[in-house]
Amino acid sequence: MNHSRTQTYGLVAEFATTAAVLHAAEKVRDRGFTHWDVFTPFPVHGMDRAMGLRNSRVGWFAFLGGVTGYLTGMLMIWWMNAVDYPIIVGGKPMFSPFAAFPPSYELTILFGAFGAVLGMFFLNRLPRLHHPLLKNRRFTGGVTHDKFYLVIERDDPKYSEAEIRKLLEESGSAHIERVEA
Amino acid sequence: MSEHVIHPVAPPAELQRLPLVTNNRSFGWISDRVAAIVEGKTPWWWWVAFVPSALAAGWLLVMLAYQISTGVGVWGNSHPVMWGWDIINFVWWIGIGHAGTLISAILFLLRQRWRTAVNRAAEAMTIFAVMCAGIYPALHVGRVWFDWWLFPIPTSNAIWPQFRSPLMWDVFAVSTYFTVSLMFWYVGLIPDLAVMRDRARTRIRQFLYGLFSLGWTGSNRHWSNYEKAYLILAGLSTPLVLSVHSIVSLDFAVSQLPGWHTTIFPPYFVAGAIFSGFGMVLTLLIPLRKLCGLEDVITMRHIDVMCKVTLATGSIVGYAYGMEVFIAWYSGSPYERYAFINRAMGPFAWGYWTMIICNVVVPQLFWFKRIRHHLLIVWILSILVNVGMWFERFVIIVISLHRDFLPSNWGYYLPTWVDITTFLGTFGLFFTLFLLFLRFLPMIAISEVKGVIPQADPHHPLGDGSKGGAH
Repeated sequence: MNHSRTQTYGLVAEFATTAAVLHAAEKVRDRGFTHWDVFTPFPVHGMDRAMGLRNSRVGWFAFLGGVTGYLTGMLMIWWMNAVDYPIIVGGKPMFSPFAAFPPSYELTILFGAFGAVLGMFFLNRLPRLHHPLLKNRRFTGGVTHDKFYLVIERDDPKYSEAEIRKLLEESGSAHIERVEA
Repeated sequence: MSEHVIHPVAPPAELQRLPLVTNNRSFGWISDRVAAIVEGKTPWWWWVAFVPSALAAGWLLVMLAYQISTGVGVWGNSHPVMWGWDIINFVWWIGIGHAGTLISAILFLLRQRWRTAVNRAAEAMTIFAVMCAGIYPALHVGRVWFDWWLFPIPTSNAIWPQFRSPLMWDVFAVSTYFTVSLMFWYVGLIPDLAVMRDRARTRIRQFLYGLFSLGWTGSNRHWSNYEKAYLILAGLSTPLVLSVHSIVSLDFAVSQLPGWHTTIFPPYFVAGAIFSGFGMVLTLLIPLRKLCGLEDVITMRHIDVMCKVTLATGSIVGYAYGMEVFIAWYSGSPYERYAFINRAMGPFAWGYWTMIICNVVVPQLFWFKRIRHHLLIVWILSILVNVGMWFERFVIIVISLHRDFLPSNWGYYLPTWVDITTFLGTFGLFFTLFLLFLRFLPMIAISEVKGVIPQADPHHPLGDGSKGGAH
């Protein structure tokens, strides 16, 4: 028994519609589970609230990237054209924030975009080469196609297979199975 | 709960919006149909298009090698027209790309959900068009092996780039545009690469799609961060795309040349870019929806809406032409006035009037619903739009340059066979890349289209199956 428990990743319940999985998620959230997730072929509207997720923190990464980009552009141009090798162009000041703005603007966007994408990868812990669920044929056949899954992991402090099965069956899952880690 | 349920009364038929995916298709149908283009046998038309494209792309390499080994003199660029087909084609290709970003970013921010059917192919078009564009400035500098001087890398003589020049801004704008467009496209592709991975039957497909889908599972905790990142990328790409063609226009507007030295250039270039890009999207997608059996995803409603965008941007372009002429007169500058008289009545008047017919007259036909719904006519008009936009850059660049202030400094311009076949070669490169994209990547954003059909909405009757949740 103990041996098989260490091998289990969690319980996977399959749902046929977005409404079914959304309502199941609301129930699981209200029972106070913490190590669980919903897997869908596309982002389901309202699922973040049904799962009780907070606003994503990707924005902070993008903001930091953008600020870094802008400062990089301004400081680079100031240092290159006014400090390291001053060049007089058209009798204008050595450094003017207006002429330096367009490249700095582009760097703001470039670094901001890198911040958003890399921040998203970091928060999602991607890329990853292995995931227990991706070994399950039924899961991979449906999760990117037309089925919706709710997974409660064995690591959850409230994990109890019998109770979870009952909860998810009541929520309308037609197929529940245990997935090995 | 039942007392809170509101039973909405359906609006009258003429006020109802057409569905985004017709014939009430299911989630599975969308994956199957889009993936079939990649998984099925290579269709005959693919080879018919690919072989000449690949040959033309090969010819491009020959022409570039000839130009690099011999010099810029193999092109028709000569005093006083030192910017010829190279810069015309650079601006033209960059402009084509702008519709892809408009569809993927601006329409996303405006919640135009119809974009999901066309955004993947349009973004691919953007990336390949920017690649074709990038060839020209890199090559026209003459000594290609010094292109790295464009970037702020310490050179042997320790001089830095001069950041007051719009040409320098252009380097940053175009390289940022390419990088961000590529990231946006790839982030959008990740869930669809996972679709392809999970359907793959061969080891090599499983490995490659698996590698590039980065272990995507469809977790909602991931979707939450993913959607935020996608929104931010859209929010960043919007000011980016507006800045790119604005900066391209500053390459001209910052100079003193009559015909170039105008403040209207940035908005006018951006509108023209989007106009030509939508022309190219229509040119590509009208045959593709038929050949790939995607009429239920890229519907007549999509074609109709894109025709309307073309009409709107074409009208802005027409207004800009009128305003340019007015300002040339109102400025009182004889040089400005002459530049515009010379455009309409000078030796290149045929170029000017081709531009006016294709860009001002032709898009006005899209006011008529019968024309918007006639695919062959829309397709021909979309090609004319791109012909017109090519001539717009010809008019701006060649006609302005060939007669400036001093009549002793006037000249004429003719392209050489190298100019012409290099341009044809960029078409080869563009279509080679686009056809490879069609065969190896899902050309429709599968996950996004699934999200806009009624079944995806948990509060829609079609999203609430009989086996569904609590009520």
